[in-house]
Amino acid sequence: MDRIPILRMGRYLLVTIQVDLYDRLALDLESDLVKAVSANNSTGILIDISAVSIVDSFMGRIIGNIGTMASLLGAETVVVGMQPAVAITLVELGLDLKGVSTALNVEKGMALLDSKTGGASASHQNTNTDDDEIDRSE
Amino acid sequence: MTTRLIVLNKDQVPVLKEQDVVVFRNRLKEAATKIKMGLVNQTKLITAASELVRNMLRYAGGGKVLLEIVSRGRDNGVRLTFADEGPGISDIGLAMKDGYSTQKSLGLGLPGAKRLVNEFDIQSEVGKGTSVTILKWANG
Repeated sequence: MDRIPILRMGRYLLVTIQVDLYDRLALDLESDLVKAVSANNSTGILIDISAVSIVDSFMGRIIGNIGTMASLLGAETVVVGMQPAVAITLVELGLDLKGVSTALNVEKGMALLDSKTGGASASHQNTNTDDDEIDRSE
Repeated sequence: MTTRLIVLNKDQVPVLKEQDVVVFRNRLKEAATKIKMGLVNQTKLITAASELVRNMLRYAGGGKVLLEIVSRGRDNGVRLTFADEGPGISDIGLAMKDGYSTQKSLGLGLPGAKRLVNEFDIQSEVGKGTSVTILKWANG
């Protein structure tokens, strides 16, 4: 039986969807991912959908569910690589992918995850003036 | 619908189980590519079709899709008719509303599909079945 592989990269989980999902596969991915977050103490999920040519309301709901479930476990979800035609279609369909962040590509998605989870990679320059920086003086 | 349509090609695809959806999508993609439909329109058409095929599987346990390539002179398009013999829809007006669903889905299927295509027609009779026809022009 088919399965979408989930890769572990430090504290993040990386999923690259290389095929157009049918429903069973998407549902399996949903539960596998949530279990993997818990098993690996992951703080972030990065889903690359650059090879996906169709996102309909069912797929959109699965992606939203993954985001919501992961956030209940304390992990951030970032979806990257959406094709422009898919983005145009999603807007017209009326789907707004609540609960997940998106980024243009894997690199930007990783940076976004770093900034969201405080896993500050050295290259990430923090230029904002918010007072939410954690005091690490001790 | 005022202009006369000529049907250039006709194909019937049964959709009875989930795996048939992939086959159907590929056929649709082929047809859309053949008439040189742009990528955005293709994506819209296939997404709309995907919604309707899912409805057919979920509510009626499957059905069949008539896939036609139509022409109105200079313009070519793809027309799809989804016909099932399921329970039918008692209130089409309600079913076409955003966010309405009898199952725990988002309720975007029918109204969303309508927004993605050029023509959309739905006929349903309770106890007899439902038929949805959509049409997307290559340059529409």
